Amino acid sequence: MTEPLLSLTSLTKAYPGVVANSDVSLSIAAGEVHALLGENGAGKSTLVKMIYGLVKPDSGQMRMNGQNYAPAEPRAARAAGVGMVFQHFSLFDAMSVAENIALGMENAPKLSALSAQISAVSETYGLPLSPDRIVGDLSAGERQRVEIIRCLLQEPKLLIMDEPTSVLTPQEVDILFKTLRKLSAEGTAILYISHKLEEIRTLCDSATILRLGKVVGHCTPRETTASEMAEMMVGKLLQAPTRAGQTAGDVVLGLTGLSAPAPNAFGMSLKEISLELRAGEVLGIGGVAGNGQDELLAALSGERPVAQGMISYKGEDIGPLGPTARRQRGLLSAPEERMGHAAAPDMTLTENAMLTGAAREGLEKRGFLDWPAATRFAERIIERFDVRTPGPTAAARSLSGGNLQKFVIGREVLQKPDVFVVNQPTWGVDASAAAAIRQALLDLAQNGAALVVISQDLDELMEISDRFAALNEGRLSVPRPAQGITVEEIGLMMGGAHGMEVAHV
Amino acid sequence: MIALVKRPEPSRVFSLAAPVLAVLATMVFGGLLFAILGKDPLLAIKTIFWEPVFGEFAFFYRPQLLIKGAPLVLIAIGLSLGFKAGIWNIGAEGQYIMGALFGAGVGLAFYPAESALIFPLMVLAGALGGWLWAMIPAILKVRFGTNEILVSLMLVYVAEQFLASMSLGLMRSPEGMGFPGSRNLQQYASAHNADLITGSGMHWGVVAAFIAVIFAYVLMARHRLGFAIRVTGDAPRAAAFSGVNPARLVLFCLGTSGLLAGLAGMFEVSGPAGQVTIDFNVGYGFTAIIVAFLGRLHPVGILLAGGLMALTYIGGDIAQSKLGLPAAAIQVFQGMLLFFLLAFDLFTNYRLRFGRAEVV
Repeated sequence: MTEPLLSLTSLTKAYPGVVANSDVSLSIAAGEVHALLGENGAGKSTLVKMIYGLVKPDSGQMRMNGQNYAPAEPRAARAAGVGMVFQHFSLFDAMSVAENIALGMENAPKLSALSAQISAVSETYGLPLSPDRIVGDLSAGERQRVEIIRCLLQEPKLLIMDEPTSVLTPQEVDILFKTLRKLSAEGTAILYISHKLEEIRTLCDSATILRLGKVVGHCTPRETTASEMAEMMVGKLLQAPTRAGQTAGDVVLGLTGLSAPAPNAFGMSLKEISLELRAGEVLGIGGVAGNGQDELLAALSGERPVAQGMISYKGEDIGPLGPTARRQRGLLSAPEERMGHAAAPDMTLTENAMLTGAAREGLEKRGFLDWPAATRFAERIIERFDVRTPGPTAAARSLSGGNLQKFVIGREVLQKPDVFVVNQPTWGVDASAAAAIRQALLDLAQNGAALVVISQDLDELMEISDRFAALNEGRLSVPRPAQGITVEEIGLMMGGAHGMEVAHV
Repeated sequence: MIALVKRPEPSRVFSLAAPVLAVLATMVFGGLLFAILGKDPLLAIKTIFWEPVFGEFAFFYRPQLLIKGAPLVLIAIGLSLGFKAGIWNIGAEGQYIMGALFGAGVGLAFYPAESALIFPLMVLAGALGGWLWAMIPAILKVRFGTNEILVSLMLVYVAEQFLASMSLGLMRSPEGMGFPGSRNLQQYASAHNADLITGSGMHWGVVAAFIAVIFAYVLMARHRLGFAIRVTGDAPRAAAFSGVNPARLVLFCLGTSGLLAGLAGMFEVSGPAGQVTIDFNVGYGFTAIIVAFLGRLHPVGILLAGGLMALTYIGGDIAQSKLGLPAAAIQVFQGMLLFFLLAFDLFTNYRLRFGRAEVV
């Protein structure tokens, strides 16, 4: 067997208090599509950061093309032929595609020459993208293409992709996969990070599974079932959320022609959203990020009140009411961003419990706050939702993402909402915590609450929704029963591939 | 390489130790400064910190501590509310002037009538004057999104022109033989903010300062409004999500700080200063910013910081006259205090790490 393109031998990296990677070994051959699989916090990010020269390993060694490979910085990694597409894009909204790409290059050619190169690469790999467009106008999928093309221009031998499909519609995913297969056929190796098992089964030749910083197994995804991989990833069998079927109750929340202007230049306006929500039902709202999810949540939570007559709650017009008034009536919400939006990072959990619990939990009497009661409320959340923390006096920022999410969701769920609106309930949360959160949501619905779950995780939406709708450019599609809906139909509801077909080669 | 690493939780120890360390560091480096100027550093430090309270003439200086400390504390308490929420009223000096003008204006309008109602009326007018002056940046910010730092600061200079105009024109004493300046309110019993115990320095402004400290403490610790202020300062989006109305908070914070600054001006003009003059304002409104931060924006801290600041003022004056230290050196000394406080403050949320830097 010939020497692999990249081989890692017993890489170890420890941070104070946590071993991110311990004795990790793997090898990738030229042209191989290799999946790196693991839950959040399993050490995937640390591992690829070491390969990309962002982090130095404590011990172990890497070899590339038969030579020792120890990049001191990303520039060295790029020079050695490693490219990386991050999950979060680093692009300037106000500049054009070509300008953005030029900024990331060590010695960029003239803009006109670069534009020609960009067009050529985009043709060759079926990634439709015009070099003159302003990045602020692009969809998330198109932005990702900018990042990919930026890497491809350097003709990498190894391309690292960090959760590339989390922001894409199913059709855009297809385009991406075609590109990746073409690259692989030309001999470029791809290290593909994801926790979406079906995707990995379609795309990848081999997989390495990480758990708690250690390699727990290798497999060939095409010959392994998704549940087997999930078991290796989590270390135990996951319980799928359950609920007894039930009939929907009265209409509790009605939106009539809900429209709102964009909050800022790169926000999305809401356009004529209408729907009816019945007690006991779960409405899943899908859509690519940035299509009005945050704005819809803000309009429903009362953070940005809307005009009269647009939102009715149990027959009452609540459009102009603020968050506190809506909470008192039983309409609760949890925004996507935990740190700084759902919770104040420097404040204690007690104070964060007070943040939204004051009115409904009786933590406030005539303007004066009852801190002992807030502490008890925080303790109840911590206990009921298994939040790992020393106690209610811990600052919110000291909690891990998953634990804070459990706290934030638990805080609202324990207030027994009649309508609960939540955006990305399990984003960045490990699988077992995600399962617990989903179960809590379903229990809420079981007890007669109506739920609006906004998410970019289609599997999650299919698992818990009774009806499904999608946001596209601030418009909501007509909700339809989630039972029996196909991925293609969902894709069309999400707006297809944003008018982009695979470019003709 | 030395790197700053964010602590997972704010350090309680450092949050309490920072002011003490800042005072110590100021003594060390201030002493160095005085030594370079050819003065005995130990003597200078002792003159500043010891002489006013325990020295030979302490009977004279102790009441001065209250007189100088009260307006600082009163103004700083108001400022701290806004500062906690990220609303920056830099123009307390102007609000202080307007409070004095409004208060003195009411008093002078009744001259020479005597009534027990005149002084309370002056208090209300002083509060109103400061509040109105602060509402200008507040309304401009809420309505048009202007920067309250610039507007409030610029209004200080407008207020100073008002002050000059008043002491030269409308409020000039008819018996002043043409000199600028109003009648002396100390000689007008109904309008005089006299010592409650003669010679103690304890006038109504001192009482108001103590009440403000208690009021602010209860507000911040127990009341929803204080909680709204703290959340807004920490995470504005979380505050909006929880139901805080940012515009109302701006109006409340700027309004309250203006009101307290106006009160401070009114108590000063009717008491220790006595009259409206061109050079009535001596910078309490600006020094109060230092006091607010030195006191960690905490009511009790501000009370202590106000006392400390008054001490360096009086001690600085003594050092000037007794040791011949230049006034600028005293100001540098006071500036050092804020500088070191901010520097040590960093360690509440960050710690130092020595060793190789690492990019993550």
